[in-house]
Order: sequence, then structure tokens, then C-alpha cells
Amino acid sequence: MGIAVEGARKRFGDFQALDDVSIDVPDGSLTALLGPSGSGKSTLLRAIAGLEELDAGQVVINGQDATETPAQKREVGFVFQHYAAFKHMTVFGNVAFGLKIRKWDKAKTSARVHELLQLVQLDGLAERYPDQLSGGQRQRMALARALAVEPQVLLLDEPFGALDAKVRKDLRTWLRRLHDEMHVTTIFVTHDQEEAMDVAEQLVVMNEGRVEQSGSADDLYDHPANEFVMSFVGEVNRLGEHFVRPHDMQVVLEPDERTEEAMVQRIVALGFEIRIEFVLADGTEVWAQLTRAELQKLELREGQIVYLRPGQAKSFSGDSSPPDGGGASTPRDSQGGDDAEVSAAA
Amino acid sequence: MTPTAPAKWGLRTLAFGYLGVLLLAPVAMIFYKTFEHGLGPPIEAMTSPEALHSIQLTLLMVAVAVPLNTVFGVGCALLLVRHKWKGNAVLDGIINLPFAISPIVVGLALFLLYGNDGWFGPTLTEAGVQILFSWPAMVLASIFVSLPFVVRETVPVLQEIGTEQEQAASTLGANAWQTFWRVTLPAIRWGVAYGVVLTTARVLGEFGAVTIVSGRISGETETLPLFVGRAFEQFNEEAAYAGAIVLALLALTTLLLMSIGGRKAKASSGGSLPAAELAVSTSTTKEGS
Repeated sequence: MGIAVEGARKRFGDFQALDDVSIDVPDGSLTALLGPSGSGKSTLLRAIAGLEELDAGQVVINGQDATETPAQKREVGFVFQHYAAFKHMTVFGNVAFGLKIRKWDKAKTSARVHELLQLVQLDGLAERYPDQLSGGQRQRMALARALAVEPQVLLLDEPFGALDAKVRKDLRTWLRRLHDEMHVTTIFVTHDQEEAMDVAEQLVVMNEGRVEQSGSADDLYDHPANEFVMSFVGEVNRLGEHFVRPHDMQVVLEPDERTEEAMVQRIVALGFEIRIEFVLADGTEVWAQLTRAELQKLELREGQIVYLRPGQAKSFSGDSSPPDGGGASTPRDSQGGDDAEVSAAA
Repeated sequence: MTPTAPAKWGLRTLAFGYLGVLLLAPVAMIFYKTFEHGLGPPIEAMTSPEALHSIQLTLLMVAVAVPLNTVFGVGCALLLVRHKWKGNAVLDGIINLPFAISPIVVGLALFLLYGNDGWFGPTLTEAGVQILFSWPAMVLASIFVSLPFVVRETVPVLQEIGTEQEQAASTLGANAWQTFWRVTLPAIRWGVAYGVVLTTARVLGEFGAVTIVSGRISGETETLPLFVGRAFEQFNEEAAYAGAIVLALLALTTLLLMSIGGRKAKASSGGSLPAAELAVSTSTTKEGS
């Protein structure tokens, strides 16, 4: 059950949008397709909806092969980034659209529409036109419209992409709760890793038309399969062959055999979080993430020479095991007994 | 840079002056001449059997050519915008042909095609179908000259609305036909309406092409513009002016019907003129949800 895509391929002219993509979305789950623009995530979503025809591969929805089924008959709810509101219809008309197509009688339609408008908190705005709504309201209307026909699956294509930051945060919390209530298998596309991790139970990271890795947010963050996933799901510093998250960069004032000399270039206070930019002896620029308290303890200032001890470094060349502490620049162990040592690692 | 107040007024005066001399003065002159001796003479001139028949015939041209060109125009626009294909460039060029060819040449071409030496003429004559010097040829000429308007007005609107609303309709279970009637057509209605107005105006006023293919038989194949032309040539100025006024009134009626229809559609569906839509959307999209 749920949604399965097997060996999906799609080419637009010279551009390979999907290159042998297979995903498995469990029934009732909330899954995010995460990737940069051009990674094929939207194409994959549109292929599941039947809005894009695959060159090869198979789409299975709730155990039934839907590859040849037109969008009209797939019973999917689709929400577009730019709402795709029917501008000449009221909010009521928009939400009732699918029901009218299914020839529901008036009383039943009206009851269902009002029930949905209540769900998306738009009751009272039924007679408004889309132009008279804010972006967030329009997107909730679009969601109600998609849900009205009780779709087997709900597909959202960058649903919050056109909204401002505050509204986006509210809406994603709200979507999370809505999914907990409705339990409809949901896939949403986003390029924002924070949004994906906040909302989804399962993440599928895509890049250049392929799936790089899928799993829970913790899996991807702690055990990234490759450099791309590591740098896409979080911030990362590159030190030679190794990759270290900024919060795993330990700043110490005394050198030992596992540290590297660095000069503080810039200290940026971002509220609770402090971002410190360093330049290493070889010119490499890295940064560390510290808390305000840690910074105060260290009493750092710009231009100061300090020592960095990268913890939790990962290497993806050849085997994916972390380095064994052979290189001075990327020690695995960080058991230094230095008093001034501060680690931001959790 | 915004122009200064005197410059603005200067530009306005220039614009109105230009339009006044070139457009308004001739039209005003016609009105003045028609009603110079009161309502009696023009009414008399326009109630003669020939005049009444010419009005009827003109309305027939509109009744046949406008719906045909509207259906074809919308279909063609959909084909050009929604179904990308290499042949579209050729189709696009062919649709523009009537803009490039003088109406009198259109008349000549139809005359040749349906004449006794033309490709279609002999076959049709054998079958007993009369095209030339009869209303079918005049309808063909009217369709030819007014064909591009609906296509040209609809294409940009179709491009602007994009395909997302149509895709949304299909995921909601609508088939192509339902999507067209419930989503696409309402969204492009202003473009289509404007195209219809232009088409109607063109058919009402067509002279050159119809002159050639009609044979100009008074009381039989004479449309209102031809009636005006003949009256003028025969120094029957009263009839010429009165005919011109009726033509103008017919065109105005079309415009009026369209804007009333548009207003009704607006009242019942909330759609409005693009400018008004823009104003509403900019004032409401800023607020949070």
C-alpha cells in the first residue's frame, strides 16, 4: 500500500529530469522529497499525480498500477506552489469543484465544503474570491479543494514556497497536525531541509534526477550516505577529505597533536547562536557554531589565533567510515583535557 | 521621471487634438449631416426596401461569420498555446494572412476560386450550388477578413493564465471538456469577448472583399456598407449618411452588449477587468494569514 515508484525515467530534451528513480512511501506516512532545484523532485511528484508522463518506470498507488491512468482518474489531491486557484470562482466554488464534477447533490456538497473550510480555518470566507485572500489563505483553500474529493494520496509541490517566512512556519506546523488527523498518505516537495525535517517522517533526498538517500531526519543527519546528503541536510565544513558540521568544531586555546591552528576572522552573533568564521594556515575558510555562553567563556576576538579540533569528521572517499585520527587535521578522538576546551556538540 | 504639470497638459491637448481632427471630426460631420433636417429624412431613407434588406443581410453576415470565427479562433488559440508543435509557426503565419492581404484582393481570390474557371466553381455549379453573387460568397469573404481577431486576442490571455488551473481541474477529476468550460473559458473570457467585438466590427464594416464577390445587386446582395457606397455614388447623400449612422449604431450596440454581458459575468462570478483584479490582489496579498 502507499505509493511506490519503480525505475522512473523522464527526459526533457537534453535534460535528464529523472534517472532511474525508485521510492517507497508507506501508507499514511508524510514524506518529503528534498533536493535543490533541477533535482527532479517536482517532476517525480507530477509523475505520481499523472501530470507528467514517464519515459519508463512504474507508479503504483495503493497497490494498483497507475502508470497509464490519466490524472483525472488517479484520485490524487495536488497542491501547487502558486495555488492554481480558480480565480473566477469563490472560495466555496473552488472547494466544491471536485464535488460538482462528481455530481454530488447541493446539500451534501455544501455540507462537505463547509466542513473542509472549517478544517482549514476559512469558514466565513466562503463567498470571497481568491484575489481577496492572502497567500496563506489561498494555499489553505487549495488544500481544502484537494482534500474535498477524499483523495487516496495528497501531493504538495513546494506548497509554502511562495509564502513569507512567518506564514510558512505557521502553515507547516498546521500541515503536520492536519496530517495527524487525516492520515492520508502525503508527499511534499521542498528545497528547504529545515522544512522537510520539521514536517516529514521520512525524507527522500534527490539530486540530478537520482535518489541520493532516504530515511528519517536523524538517519540523514547522522549517517549521510555521501557528501551531497551531508551538505544538503545541514551545514558542513570541508577539511581536505573530511567533512565536519560547524557544531562539531571544537575551539580550544591551547594546541595539542589533534588540533589545527586557525585565526578568528569574524564573529557573527545570530541571537542564541554564534557563528565564528576562521581561516586556517593553508587559507581554508571554515566556521564553527557556538552558543553565546561558550563564546563568553572563550573570550574570543577577531584576529586572535586559536586551535580547532574537528570532532565527528566524516569521509566519503572509498569507505564511508570516519577517519582514524591519523591525520593531525582530522583527529577522530577528542578527549583533550584542556580546561579551555569547549564543544558545541550535543 | 514624471513630466511636469504643463508638459502633461500639453501632451493631453496634443492627444485629444490629434484624435479630434482625425477621428472625431469626420464622425461628428456624419451625425450633423444626417440629422441636419431632423429625424424624418434619415428614417425615410432607411425604411426603403433596399435599405432594410441591406441591414438584414449585414446582420446575417455577422450571425454566421462571428460565431464561426469565435469557435475557430478559440480552438486555434488553444492549439497554438497548449499543444506545442513544429507546424504551429506555419499555422500562426497563415492566421495572419488576412491582415496582410488587402480585402479587395481577398474578393478577387474568392472570385477566381468559385468562378466558372476556378478550382471549385465548375463542380459547385454542376451540383446546383450558387456561391458567387449570393450570400454564401459574401459570408466566405467576411469570414476571411475577420478571421485573425479572436485568435490574436485569445492567445496572449491563454499564455498568461498558464496551465496550472487546468492541471488542478484534471487532478480534481475534470475531463478535458469540463476543464475547458468550467476553468479555461471563464479565465479567458475577456480576451475572447474583445476578439468578438473586433470581429463583429470588421464584418459589419467589410466593403472591399464583399464588393467583388457579391455583384452588388441592390435589394439582393447588398450589405449596409455597399448600400452606403451606392447611395454615395448616386448622390443620394441622405441615404448614405443615414446608412453610415446605422452602421455606427450597430457597432456601438455590439460594444454595449459586450460590456453589459461582462458586467453580468462579473456580478455572478466575481471576475473583473484585469486592472481591477490587479488592484484588488495587490491590496490583499500583503496581509498575513
